[in-house]
Amino acid sequence: MKLYEYLAKGRLKAHGIPVPPGLLCRTPDEVAKALEEICPAAVKAQVLVGGRGKAGGIKFAQDPEEGRKVASEILGMNLKGYTVEQVYVEGKIDVDREFYVSVTVDRNARKPLVMASSHGGVEIEDVEDKYIVRRHVDEAFGMQGYLARDIAAEMGLEGDVAKQVAVILQKLYEVFRTEDAELVEINPLVVSGGKVIAADARLNIDDAALFRHKDLPAVAEGTELELKVKEIGLAFVQLDGDIAVMANGAGMAMATLDALQHFGGKPANFLDAGGGASVEPTAQAMGVLVSMKPKAIFVNIFGGITRCDDVANAIVQVKKTQGIPVPLVVRLVGTNELQGVEILRHEGIEAFREMSEAARKAVELAGEVR
Amino acid sequence: MAIIIDQDTRVVVQGMTGNQGSFHTGQMVKYGTNVVAGTSPTKAGQDHEGIPVFASVREAVLERGADASIVFVPAAFAKDAAFEAIDAGCKVVVMIPEHIPVQDSILIVEYARFRGAKVVGPNTYGLISPGKSKMGIMPNHIYAPGPVGLVARSGTLSYEIAAALTEAGLGQSTAIGMGGDPVVGQVFNDVLHQFEKDPETKACVLVGEIGGSAEEEAAEFIKTMSKPVVAYLAGRAAPPGKRMGHAGAIIERGRGTLESKRKALEAAGVTVVEMPWEVAPAVKKLLG
Repeated sequence: MKLYEYLAKGRLKAHGIPVPPGLLCRTPDEVAKALEEICPAAVKAQVLVGGRGKAGGIKFAQDPEEGRKVASEILGMNLKGYTVEQVYVEGKIDVDREFYVSVTVDRNARKPLVMASSHGGVEIEDVEDKYIVRRHVDEAFGMQGYLARDIAAEMGLEGDVAKQVAVILQKLYEVFRTEDAELVEINPLVVSGGKVIAADARLNIDDAALFRHKDLPAVAEGTELELKVKEIGLAFVQLDGDIAVMANGAGMAMATLDALQHFGGKPANFLDAGGGASVEPTAQAMGVLVSMKPKAIFVNIFGGITRCDDVANAIVQVKKTQGIPVPLVVRLVGTNELQGVEILRHEGIEAFREMSEAARKAVELAGEVR
Repeated sequence: MAIIIDQDTRVVVQGMTGNQGSFHTGQMVKYGTNVVAGTSPTKAGQDHEGIPVFASVREAVLERGADASIVFVPAAFAKDAAFEAIDAGCKVVVMIPEHIPVQDSILIVEYARFRGAKVVGPNTYGLISPGKSKMGIMPNHIYAPGPVGLVARSGTLSYEIAAALTEAGLGQSTAIGMGGDPVVGQVFNDVLHQFEKDPETKACVLVGEIGGSAEEEAAEFIKTMSKPVVAYLAGRAAPPGKRMGHAGAIIERGRGTLESKRKALEAAGVTVVEMPWEVAPAVKKLLG
């Protein structure tokens, strides 16, 4: 789960990392009032997309009236598909230098990875490798003081700034650990009049660890349909094609999309109906596909733990209640295959055995054959 | 021969009396796995399908000689379960649960390294050495003993490919699920090292997917391998920034793309096929 900037900064502040003063506002009036306290200020759209500044989502104000004016421009605007509902009014700071610091998970090393650079203020992907310091941390032992000092020195920092950065690095690691972060990033970490401050921050929390962080407000990310299907408890991603897809297992679902594309088709979604889903969730998943009004529906099942008769019954249930008004292609093999095929045949649906043939047929019925 | 588990592996099932644990214990016993004990916080002292249930893994090791554990407890308790198994002396720990916090997984893997244990998963379907033993939730009937070492990130996709291999007369030495999470104990690299040393394994199949760079890392080792490798990679149709079911299957900030994996594997001499149904014919061709 990605946190909004104001939430991320709140967590950093709680761990003792200096951040500029700021207030969250929902209306131009609130912004004008905030400017009476914090002035001059940046008025920043709170959305979960990068590049807000360039897209017009960050504006500056010198007094309450200007605050009201820029807030009315930003609030309600559409930023890369997201409507801006909140702005963060934050004290403007003079920037002398910009650094980059982050802690994330190195999947190959299977350890936390600290990255730091004296070349901050741009995306880290755009920084030359020789300017990036990378050090792993043994999670069982945590980040010791020497490591933080080492990193600051390797960044080329000296004196009081190096000391402040080293302290911030240790606190940043503490945020990573205690908040169950996948990523915590300060970019830029600025030097302003000799003081080191986090000017912008990203904090992504591990979804699997949210049960330990009940104090965090839920931040919903995704399209309306994605959020709806998420509530059912299925993994679902909306795509821009028109063949709706259901498969069991994440890898199988990915391979199914690939197969459709291979034959010239355009998948409308990714849907993992689960490695061992029974009739009810499978029927719910089918219902979602029908509601998307695709040109065709492709169901690709390799029954291991999933039983083919359960899938067949789910399809029949949806056909009888909701109706399936578009061409349907079903590939069904594995556990209880014969029963499943028979149940479908009874309803006039002929199941395929081969994934390749079935995918080709789905593309053909959607009228997209190359 | 096979890797990691065989007919001599003595298995304890952690969380044996729960729904999943109970069902899959039955399936494992049916397959011939030597399940010697189970654990349960509430049913210690009882028998479950003729298998003694203990309160702790330590007892299962002391009284029944268990040396490998398969974990079916809920994700929130999985770290504790893994530490318990490793501390009791289990040298193989198979972590079935999905949605284990990634920082818990880091600690599990660190502790396993420290104690010389192998962790398979989390979020894995387990592993099977056909005809000998299985520790996992895979269907029993799709595998056969033979020369192919199979390692995959994903369960059902790997079943699809295992079944096609078996149908083509290509059995498996061991088939293992790396797991769909960002941090797992046995990565492609670790598994391929073991397949290279295993005399029964004549060829390897790697089933990868978008996200991370375990495939690229494996490619470095494959360059030095004597055995041929065929790879299928899933997720070419996946958009960046979206998690495709698995927590680890995501293209983030330009990293983890299929193209980067394909290039690295091809440069290492791997036969990278386009579609899952092309795997078995490609292996057949390589084995002659």
